[in-house]
Amino acid sequence: MKQVRLVDTTLRDGMHAVSHQFTAEQMAAIAKRLDEAGVGTIEIGQGDGIGGSSRQYGFAAESDEAYFKAVSRALTRAKWCALLIPGIGTIEDLKVALEYNVGTVRVATHVTESDVSEQHIKFAKQAGIEVIGFLMMSHMASVEKVVEQAKLMASYGADIVYITDSAGAMTPDQVKARISCAKEAIDVPIGFHAHNNLGLAIGNTLAAIEAGASLVDGTVRGLGAGAGNSQLEVLAAVLDKLGYETGVDFYKLMDIGQELIDPIMHRPQIISNDALAIGYAGAYGSFLLHARKAAERFGVDARDILLEMGKRKAVGGQEDLIIDVAIDLSKR
Amino acid sequence: MKLKAAILGPGNIGIDLMMKILKRQELDLVMMAGVDPTSHGLKLAAERGIKITTEGIHGILQEGNIDIVFDATGARAHAMHAPLLKEAGIFAVDLTPAAVGPYCVPAVNMVTDSDVDNVNMVTCGGQATIPVVAAINSVAPVAYAEIVATISSKSAGPGTRQNIDEFTETTAAALVKVGGAKCAKAIIILNPAEPPLMMRNTIYCLCDTSKFDEIVKALEAMVAKVQQYVPGYHLKVQPYVDGDYVVTAVEVEGAGDYLPKYSGNLDIITSAAVSIAENYAACRVGGAK
Repeated sequence: MKQVRLVDTTLRDGMHAVSHQFTAEQMAAIAKRLDEAGVGTIEIGQGDGIGGSSRQYGFAAESDEAYFKAVSRALTRAKWCALLIPGIGTIEDLKVALEYNVGTVRVATHVTESDVSEQHIKFAKQAGIEVIGFLMMSHMASVEKVVEQAKLMASYGADIVYITDSAGAMTPDQVKARISCAKEAIDVPIGFHAHNNLGLAIGNTLAAIEAGASLVDGTVRGLGAGAGNSQLEVLAAVLDKLGYETGVDFYKLMDIGQELIDPIMHRPQIISNDALAIGYAGAYGSFLLHARKAAERFGVDARDILLEMGKRKAVGGQEDLIIDVAIDLSKR
Repeated sequence: MKLKAAILGPGNIGIDLMMKILKRQELDLVMMAGVDPTSHGLKLAAERGIKITTEGIHGILQEGNIDIVFDATGARAHAMHAPLLKEAGIFAVDLTPAAVGPYCVPAVNMVTDSDVDNVNMVTCGGQATIPVVAAINSVAPVAYAEIVATISSKSAGPGTRQNIDEFTETTAAALVKVGGAKCAKAIIILNPAEPPLMMRNTIYCLCDTSKFDEIVKALEAMVAKVQQYVPGYHLKVQPYVDGDYVVTAVEVEGAGDYLPKYSGNLDIITSAAVSIAENYAACRVGGAK
């Protein structure tokens, strides 16, 4: 049977949708149930990764360490995973995660900037954990550039390289082209992380698998930045129908959604107008709530802010540019 | 009598320093030192009639009679250079993250103590944001400062890229030590957009926002002070209050001496370094030492 490894990021990307307000207790309870549902890798923490709790991105309800501690204790079979974006988080932050037996670290950079990850990837490999190189905003670079950068991450020692559609801006053909060329160029497994701003998260994920991706991300209820991610319970069901072995019980995932996630969601995870604007413009998913806040403050349309952010080629993490854009738009 | 200066490390920063020193003529630039004979920076220096050496620090020490060395190599290298320079009685302006000597941001804490023989230039992000935090802190104590520096990919050299943690850690430490914040966080973002964007820094300060009017005055005075040595430094977002925070953003347009104008991030640190060296020279020539 064909196998696909599912990585759950409800407790990391999903944090964007709740302004990083899950408590450590809630995370631990959800992680425990994901473990029981057969999910092997569970990413946790503030939406921008370790060290991400900030005025710029939003302070999380609790410290990184509180989340690590609570989740690491709740798991029996599954391993937990941390996201590290160099420039935001540091090796010192990663050392805290190591104290709580982190199993995997995803070192994420903008798709053209992978050389900033060398230090972190090498450090994590020396510490003996699994390392995933995570190329964000992959729609912003050509296929050749994506392949070149994936090669770099693999050369630093990454065990897996992800092509990440942080803006939910790609179409299935674009996903296929990037995945298949990366797959051909490097020996390590390739992963794919989708967002649903254009309604293509599941479709793009299937396209990625067909093109050779062997790991894919999802979140229960699709909870995540922008219009959210591939909805994990749906993805697990679809993969099951297509004859893929994931080791995940999608019925149990549905129960987690209903019992644990629905009651604590801040709003329905839909393709709102603003989320669609993000996908169309190719803007970073987590700009959504920040753009809404700035839109209200400066009396402009959040969609206009997001389209302008795309035009200005803002990369992940540039939430502070939203204010500039909102001020400029308010003067027009 | 002008003091004699040398530049150690003929990379982008070293070359930009050379251009600035030659333009201003306050110091007598006598040597550019590197280790790679094929270095572009050494070639440019030789073309301008500046003596070059490929013996690195040893070339400078052998030359003798040098008063000031700008070290634009790397943190590890500077840790080795610092004791040698000290022994030779040479004033060191350290542009690496080594931080052997105290942090110095000219607009905030120009080092004038004659006992200090090594000063550290923090980081480009530190040079751009610490004046803002210090100005706000002078009116309303800053309980927490957070800065986000966005620079164009093209202007981030291999030194920054391979040691990006040093940037965030050093900047945060200096926001506290020099800026006066109780605690601090620094974030750096590289943006590859073409044409390259100018260095942009957002500063968030948690403080008593009821003193906003005074804060704005202090900030404007501080920006003018920084502009004396970095003319392209300006407020990008006028300060405003958001909850318990005062928020503002500064942009740095480079002088375009060696690197193009978008490289304000390099310009601000080289300008600050030259400003410190000139101040040291003025003190010494004036008989302070």
